[in-house]
Amino acid sequence: MTDLAQLELDLINAIGSAESVAAVEEVRVAALGKSGSVSGLLKGMGALSPDARREQGPLINGLRDRVSAAIAARKAELEADELDARLLAERVDLTLPPRPRRKGGVHPTMQVMDEMVAIFAEMGFAVAEGPDVEDDFHNFTALNFPPKHPAREMHDTFFLKPDPQTGERKVLRTHTSPVQVRTMMSQQPPIRIIAPGRTFRKDSDATHTPMFHQIEGLVIDRDIHMGHLKTTLQTFIGRFFELDEVQARFRPHHFPFTEPSAEMDIRCDRSGGQLTFNTGDDWLEILGCGMVHPNVLSACGLDPNEWQGFAFGMGVDRLAMLKYGVPDLRPMFDADTRWLAHYGFSAFAAPNPASGLS
Amino acid sequence: MKFTLSWLKDHLETEADVHRIAEAMTMAGLEVEEVLDPAAKLAPFTVAKIVSAERHPNADRLQVCQVETVDGMKEIVCGAPNARAGLTTIYAPIGAYVPGLGVTLVEKPVRGVVSNGMLCSAAELELADDSDGIQELPPEIPVGTPVAGLFGAEPVIDFEVTPNRPDWLGVTGIARDLAAAGVGRLKHFDIAVVRGGFPSPVSVRIEASEMCPVFAGRVIRGVRNGPSPAWLQKRLTAIGLRPINRLVDVTNLIAYDRARPLHVYDLAKLSGPEIVVRAGQVSAQTGEAEHLIALDGKTYAVQPADCVIADAAGERPIGLGGVMGGESTGCDDDTVDVFLESAWFEPLVIAQTGRVHAIHSDAQYRFARGVDPASVTPGLELATRLILDLCGGEPSEIVYVGEPPANPAPIAFDPAHVKRLTGMSLADDRIGTILGQLGFLVQAAPEGQAQPWIVTPPSFRRDVDGPADLVEEVARIEGFDRLPDTPLPPVARPAGGVLNPRQARVRTARRALAALGYAEAVTWSFTKQSTAALFGGGDETLVLENPIAADLDCMRPSALPNLIQAAARNAARGFAEAALFEIGPIYLGDGPNDQRTVVAALVAPHAARHWAGAGEDPLFALKGDLTALLEEIGAPVASLQLAQGSNRDWWHPGRSARLQLGPKNVIVEFGELHPRVLKALDADGPMLAFEIVLDTVPEPRGKGSKARGPADLATLMPLTRDFAFVVEDAKPAGDLVRAAAGADKALIAEVRVFDVYRGKGVDDGFKSVALEVVLQPRQATLTDAEIEALTARVVAAIEKQGGRLRA
Repeated sequence: MTDLAQLELDLINAIGSAESVAAVEEVRVAALGKSGSVSGLLKGMGALSPDARREQGPLINGLRDRVSAAIAARKAELEADELDARLLAERVDLTLPPRPRRKGGVHPTMQVMDEMVAIFAEMGFAVAEGPDVEDDFHNFTALNFPPKHPAREMHDTFFLKPDPQTGERKVLRTHTSPVQVRTMMSQQPPIRIIAPGRTFRKDSDATHTPMFHQIEGLVIDRDIHMGHLKTTLQTFIGRFFELDEVQARFRPHHFPFTEPSAEMDIRCDRSGGQLTFNTGDDWLEILGCGMVHPNVLSACGLDPNEWQGFAFGMGVDRLAMLKYGVPDLRPMFDADTRWLAHYGFSAFAAPNPASGLS
Repeated sequence: MKFTLSWLKDHLETEADVHRIAEAMTMAGLEVEEVLDPAAKLAPFTVAKIVSAERHPNADRLQVCQVETVDGMKEIVCGAPNARAGLTTIYAPIGAYVPGLGVTLVEKPVRGVVSNGMLCSAAELELADDSDGIQELPPEIPVGTPVAGLFGAEPVIDFEVTPNRPDWLGVTGIARDLAAAGVGRLKHFDIAVVRGGFPSPVSVRIEASEMCPVFAGRVIRGVRNGPSPAWLQKRLTAIGLRPINRLVDVTNLIAYDRARPLHVYDLAKLSGPEIVVRAGQVSAQTGEAEHLIALDGKTYAVQPADCVIADAAGERPIGLGGVMGGESTGCDDDTVDVFLESAWFEPLVIAQTGRVHAIHSDAQYRFARGVDPASVTPGLELATRLILDLCGGEPSEIVYVGEPPANPAPIAFDPAHVKRLTGMSLADDRIGTILGQLGFLVQAAPEGQAQPWIVTPPSFRRDVDGPADLVEEVARIEGFDRLPDTPLPPVARPAGGVLNPRQARVRTARRALAALGYAEAVTWSFTKQSTAALFGGGDETLVLENPIAADLDCMRPSALPNLIQAAARNAARGFAEAALFEIGPIYLGDGPNDQRTVVAALVAPHAARHWAGAGEDPLFALKGDLTALLEEIGAPVASLQLAQGSNRDWWHPGRSARLQLGPKNVIVEFGELHPRVLKALDADGPMLAFEIVLDTVPEPRGKGSKARGPADLATLMPLTRDFAFVVEDAKPAGDLVRAAAGADKALIAEVRVFDVYRGKGVDDGFKSVALEVVLQPRQATLTDAEIEALTARVVAAIEKQGGRLRA
């Protein structure tokens, strides 16, 4: 065996038995470093005769290349082993829970309010608002409730204490109709608005709370009639309950502020404690509506011979309960965090025409 | 209002069954609430005859009967002692539901003998409370006769009378509308005049014509009072009225038949020959109200606003006119001579008397809504006729004082108005017919003349005073199911959406807070006055005169007290961790512009312990949420100043602050709530909150265009430099950040506080604040000299604030 062959064998053995990247590096320095054994051979080639160089050159260069390759391979192998060992040491217990995310939500009444606004916005209704604390004129007189009229009693009105100077008693609005009055008094027809908001009646039992929410609507133009009322409300109810068709009926009723007046019912089935629409023999009262009474138009400064139109009103909380199967009214205003978590809506369930109402 | 089918049929010729009638009523505006059909549960039961009865082979007390039934001969086992051959009784077939037992009959052997049905007692059919054996019926009733017809169990309809239709408080009024709606033909009765045999010995004087414009009456002598005949008792009991005696029952009958209340006085108990109709009196000496013991046995202190019927020359009250008679002059079985009253009382007076004294009689209910003034005399004549028929006696002439209120005025009516308001196309003839059937007098213009009709409402329709009312009459009788389908004409919608900026902000704030982990609550607009006072409210002008509860008597000046109490309620249920928000009104005064919209949020920080240790400080988490929310709603976050120490007194003085555009333009207060306030509300602290007054948040500028301008994407890498400054402990870190950022507004992109340190190495009363300053080169990479200069400027700026570079 030649010296060169012996050297190569020794180096390959040394590389193979190196147990760390550092040990491999030591071998590399000993062989290929400035004063390494292979480097020494390469340097010594200059002293050889051309013939000897022609013979020895390829042998020494071959040796160097093979040793370099072996070093690189061993190094890569050892690095991979080290990474494996390190990653194994980095293991964590992923069965541990993350920090809990606090989950928020939108109240069902407000979700439904947003849904209703979205549907009516599609039909060109603007949103009008007004104060909760009202005066007698806007809540009653302008709406064709004559003073002392028994119909006022039916509203179970909350009164503020009378003004010590004037004796005037402010009321908490019993419906959002005063917003209609304020709208008619402040803008010229055509009018197409909805008026959502808080309303108040002194009533408290399983199905009544002293505060609740209404959405009312008002359309005034020269030739709006009950056919428009019917189609508008049927369309609205269909979209709100996400039904392809609505089996509704309009039933005569009485309200001081509309003439003719009607209530709208939807056909339903309540057997088995489950409410299903468009089937069965029951009717569910949904809302009240009618043609704006000429006295109301006059009180708001509109000539009833020139302008006419319809109005409607509905309970938002009640419709929320019907749509989303909320059994009781009173917890809606109790802010029980468990109830809110159960009946609340995701922040991202904002109604839109592409993905639906909720 | 309740009535029976047979009563209706006295006034309406119809073949319609009770369900068809109920349907027609509802669709004509008489909203049926309930149809009670006792006949329905009796439907399976029929009359049967026992042919033979023999002792049961295996039981001494049972008999095996052969019974002739509607289903042929049946063998039935019966345990009743009175079961015997020849008895006519009640048969229930297999499958029948026996209401008194609550069971459905099945075919099964009784002690070895199969019973093919059941013989029933009255109690088993719920026709009697208890029974002694099976029902014994007269033998002449044929086998197979339905039992329902034998016991007078007839259907009763209960419906809602809207306040505009007092005429529906009489069965005749219901019949009239049903006839117009096509359910049958209205029967007309002529009420015969009963001639009086002598002048009325009782005279009437009206002193209060504004309460009672017309009063009529007559004396009937020599009546025999006592229990009413069966037909009358049955009619009254069927609708839930208690029969009293003939005289009273007659007045009740007419109240429900004609919506015409009447009253009878026992003449012997009247003091003096004159009845005076006047207002209630208050004694001039004592100031005390006069008292009346009414027929309900209760004593009422009469008010000057009440209408009083008095005798003894007007001195003694003997009744509240139109509401209830007095006990002192009531009729009983010994009554011989009576004075019969038929009057008309002003509805508003009667409504108020009923309300003030909480009396709700049938008379009060009718007069308060408005009785037909034209029924004064006919009602009196009809009652006289019935009393004479039932009690005998001799009537006087009628005494009639005063003037009834005017009839409704004629209305000029263009029949085309029906189509204009409803969209329904009806022939003029049809319109005229409907109005005519409802009792309106229609005078159409002569053919070819374009004049409106003249339509006069009947005296009992005082609710009708304009063309729209007439349209309603026509439309409801024709049926709202004939309304056309007409979509609204399309309108140009506002291109930017229908919500105004404030409404849009409310919507954004709601979704943003929900996304930040807050649950939306909706709480009362009211709170307790003393609670309101804790939050800067509680003014007398916002206190309710008639609150629903003592602790809900004041309009809230803030949404926070309700949220605090809500969190406390949750804690009391065992769920102390809460993050709630509410977007709603607060009330600063009772004027139309005194309402504000707030976005209020509350955190009760009780996060469960976590294996990785405590998370972010809840107070700074709240501040972060608030900042994120303000950014979402487009508030000018960069321009907001934070002021600490000036919050109102429901905030923790050291752990709360406000964000403002100036000292007078506060947008939000936030931080920890004052423990004193929490204690007053029975809430365990700490609780953190913020309340944004949305109306104070300026709207974003530059509405004109939604374009955003070019993005600032610097091509050079930003670099950072860290500093640590020592400042007095009380020095707000915010001042240092602002000062550092101001050292070079062009180059310094951001200043971050990455450490606040007190302790070893820093003197007592001082702290070290470490800042990371981010530099964003614009034109060219910064040279070392430039960075040096900038660093010096930052240090100088902080030194001006009293800080020095930490050694």
